[in-house]
Amino acid sequence: MFHVLFKSFKTGCLTEKLPPRDATLEQAGAACREEIARLFGKSMAVRMVDVGSCNGCELEMHAVNNGFYDIERFGIHFVASPRHADLLLVTGPVSRHMQAALKRTYDATPDPKMVIAMGDCAACGGEFGVSYASCGAVSNVVPVDAVIAGCPPTPLQLLQGILQALKAR
Amino acid sequence: MTKSVHQGQLESPVVDSIPALLNEAGVPTTEMSTVKGAARVLSVDSRFWAKAAAVMAENYVRWAAVWGEHASPDVLVKAVFAARDGHVLLCTSVQETGGALPSQTPFFPAANRPERTLQDMFGIRFADHPDQRRWLRHLAWSEDQFPLRKEFPLAGTPQRDTPPDCEYTFIPAEGEGLYEIPVGPVHAGIIEPGHFRFSAMGEDILNLEQHLGYVHKGIEKCAEGRDVQGLLRLAARVSGDSTVTHSWAACQACENAVGLTVPDRALAIRAILSERERIANHMGDIGACCNDVGFAFALVQFGRLRELWQRDSATVFGHRFMMDVVTVGGVTRDISPEHVALLQKAIVQLRKELNELIPMLCEYPSLQDRFRTTGILSPHVARTIGALGYVARASHEGWDMRRDAAYAPYQGVTVTVPTCKDGDTACRVRVRADELFVSLDLLDHFLSTLPAGKINAPFQPPQTACCGLGLVEGWRGETIAYVHLDKNGTVARYFPRDASWLNWPALEALIGGVIVPDFPLCNKSVNGSYSGHDV
Ligand code: SF4
Repeated sequence: MFHVLFKSFKTGCLTEKLPPRDATLEQAGAACREEIARLFGKSMAVRMVDVGSCNGCELEMHAVNNGFYDIERFGIHFVASPRHADLLLVTGPVSRHMQAALKRTYDATPDPKMVIAMGDCAACGGEFGVSYASCGAVSNVVPVDAVIAGCPPTPLQLLQGILQALKAR
Repeated sequence: MTKSVHQGQLESPVVDSIPALLNEAGVPTTEMSTVKGAARVLSVDSRFWAKAAAVMAENYVRWAAVWGEHASPDVLVKAVFAARDGHVLLCTSVQETGGALPSQTPFFPAANRPERTLQDMFGIRFADHPDQRRWLRHLAWSEDQFPLRKEFPLAGTPQRDTPPDCEYTFIPAEGEGLYEIPVGPVHAGIIEPGHFRFSAMGEDILNLEQHLGYVHKGIEKCAEGRDVQGLLRLAARVSGDSTVTHSWAACQACENAVGLTVPDRALAIRAILSERERIANHMGDIGACCNDVGFAFALVQFGRLRELWQRDSATVFGHRFMMDVVTVGGVTRDISPEHVALLQKAIVQLRKELNELIPMLCEYPSLQDRFRTTGILSPHVARTIGALGYVARASHEGWDMRRDAAYAPYQGVTVTVPTCKDGDTACRVRVRADELFVSLDLLDHFLSTLPAGKINAPFQPPQTACCGLGLVEGWRGETIAYVHLDKNGTVARYFPRDASWLNWPALEALIGGVIVPDFPLCNKSVNGSYSGHDV
């Protein structure tokens, strides 16, 4: 027990200023909070839906929750059910075997809802495209508000993509 | 706690004795050299397909994979078996119309789902298969359509809306107080889709049945007609967490097929990529397992270490998962001396952190209390199922190709294979923790002995059609790729076999008696890939 406490103490606070790659990002983060307040109240609940991804996009979705990014500090948190969600974050080309599940998840999400297609697969079908097994892009199955390119988008790109989508709404 | 005994593997015969074993048992075989990359390639008449499996099972040879390839009017069927020190490829053929094969499932439960998949994708019947249900096929194509036959177009003839697969029949659970819990395909966490059907009594799970195939996106069909670069982009996306593994296996298959020699420097870099991938995934999953029992401390610590590790991957290899770095003939990125120093420094740092963290986890009573005796896979069951990787090693089945059937650059390198005996979640986490240190030592070795020279050998179209097999020990376990190239170097057939095919059934086997709230923990401790399985 003592070891654990000591290690936690020694590690300290991990959240860092987002890299200077986009100097306006902290401002955008603040703007994002305002947008969230305007659109959804105090915070935005995100439900992820994997409809055929290779699981690379999911790994980066986990990463935005690690101590370095800690996306919750921007008022964005992941929830277990579409019924609690404001935003559906969809990954992968839509496999035909997931087509009905995606539609049902979409229908189960209360208005006003947003859909973001995360990653090249979700945005345009990626390497898999349209076939006997795949419907391709998410927008072929449900309305999409914004796409985030990348294979997979890095945690920072994911964050920026969500911010941009909110602003555009 | 960990020992280097590895039972099943030691009891199996050496690969060169297999042809004689089969012939003595009355299974006539012919040696072939059509597929490069397996230690032995044997052709057998379809009538002896099951008998050959019976002989393999009697001799503790492990069943590894089966796949088909349409060559009208036949379907060629190939199965891989693992002997102590290498792999045997068993080949047969069956008529496309009305053809049937005797099933290998009675001797190897691991063949169950792959054989049903052959039925779905090629229309090969296994009349004596104990389970006649479909497997990968839901309702996106009909029973009389076979997507991997050559005449079936990639576009298929899908309906505009594919209905949900409500017709799949689960084994019914009946009895007083017994109830069913259907879970998925959309799960509560940030994970991939699949369906689990539990029958439970009170809190205890009596049985789990999986229904997978939800993320089937037609990778094998997509690959046909592509050039090798196009193939590699697909292979890198079979399972994102194993992108290096599947890329390497596919490359090995192509290189074996055409007889391309990869420069030593490129091979060493591949091993560096592969060990880095193993470390990243082991760290992520150890943290996640701890989090599943409410020990958020470990999630934060391992999440931190994993993030730093991935950032180094991005710096040195241009991608946080090192995707698309392994390519046919070598690798796309070299490592500069400065980057070698950077990676070496990261190893020293990580080893220090792990030396502090791992003993904490192993000693923390309330954590171990939840891990120990949870989700036990006995050594006997692990062997019967043919489990792979850390799932097998935690149950005393110590297969590891890097040691047992070493491929370049692992030949001549000592690879320690940690094993445990108890087969519970504590062992699966422990084995992965021990493997972290093994991988760090291997990284040290490959970085400090990095050969000079080129990082790529040019790929030339082969002039004649050729086939190759790739075999790589990924972080999940033995990973297989089969590639058939035509004379222009175009892909005629690609088959990737992720280790998850063997480990998903292990999850079913270890879950009996576990309480429902511990399912996520057990699932994470096995961590099968949905995408790698459904392809
Ligand atoms: S965009 Fe890339 S990482 Fe994301 S699911 Fe598709 S292939 Fe995988």
